[in-house]
Amino acid sequence: MATEHDQETLVSAAMMERKGVWRPGKVSPPITDSDIRRWAIAVHWPEEPPAIFWDAEYAAETRWGTIIAPPDFNPFAWPVTSPRAAKPKSGSSEGAKDRSSKGRRGMNGGQVDTYGVPMRAGEVISARNRLRDWDERETRLGQTLFTYTETEWRNQDDELVKRRVSTGIRY
Amino acid sequence: MSHNVYFEDISVGDELPEWSRKTDFMSWNRYAAVNDEFVYIHMDDEAGRAALNEQGAFGMGNLRYAYIVNALQDWIGDEAQIREIGCQFRAINQKNDVLTVVGTVTEKVVEDGESLVRLDVDVVNQAGDKTCPGHAIVAVATR
Repeated sequence: MATEHDQETLVSAAMMERKGVWRPGKVSPPITDSDIRRWAIAVHWPEEPPAIFWDAEYAAETRWGTIIAPPDFNPFAWPVTSPRAAKPKSGSSEGAKDRSSKGRRGMNGGQVDTYGVPMRAGEVISARNRLRDWDERETRLGQTLFTYTETEWRNQDDELVKRRVSTGIRY
Repeated sequence: MSHNVYFEDISVGDELPEWSRKTDFMSWNRYAAVNDEFVYIHMDDEAGRAALNEQGAFGMGNLRYAYIVNALQDWIGDEAQIREIGCQFRAINQKNDVLTVVGTVTEKVVEDGESLVRLDVDVVNQAGDKTCPGHAIVAVATR
């Protein structure tokens, strides 16, 4: 039910409670050389990917000593346990929703990724995330809420692999 | 290609070597397969049009991000590291677009023992539309 609070701000009570609180996320299955090779082939298609992503002999001669994953590699792809039902995603004709009311429309406002150590085969990556902050102001879209969500990936030695700050926009 | 460029040889204003790919369902489907990114708007023209893209299905922002990574890594070499990438997805990647990663060096700084180079980057299509403006920071070797 709408409240007076809802009319003045797009910031919810749930957001206030979650602000700054780290929440445990996913734990990846062990990364394999094949995961890395297939990723590199896909993102370089149709050209051959660099040898550091698939040639162990070449990689052994580099400072890394082993094959490494491209920085954008996603070790969390293909989870077994997440909901995988054919739920129509936003934008599909089956998934149309009422977005006419304030705050129901949204878009991806971009991201900033900071990289630490590279990922390698055999490693297990753990993620955690938090709603870091937000900024609400009037824009050409009307009352607009910018939310900043921080996600952190660490390897099994607790070394930072990646930190992403994503900007979500609701209006 | 362990180290392709050295800090001393880079100047503010230098341009990133252009890195291009023509994108269609072959590249999108391969990316969907590795990233488990099977989203209707990237697979089905009807869903793309329902999402207000008249031309139908369109490409993933994540793939354009990967192209920025590839362009930077090809430039700096295997043993140098990308430290940061930030970008916004501003325009749609239509089928058969030729996407080109472009970049310009904006700053050089030594910080915590690392030789860092900052660039403005973007992914432009064949019409010159800026689809993914952003920035990057890379740590490169010194001579």
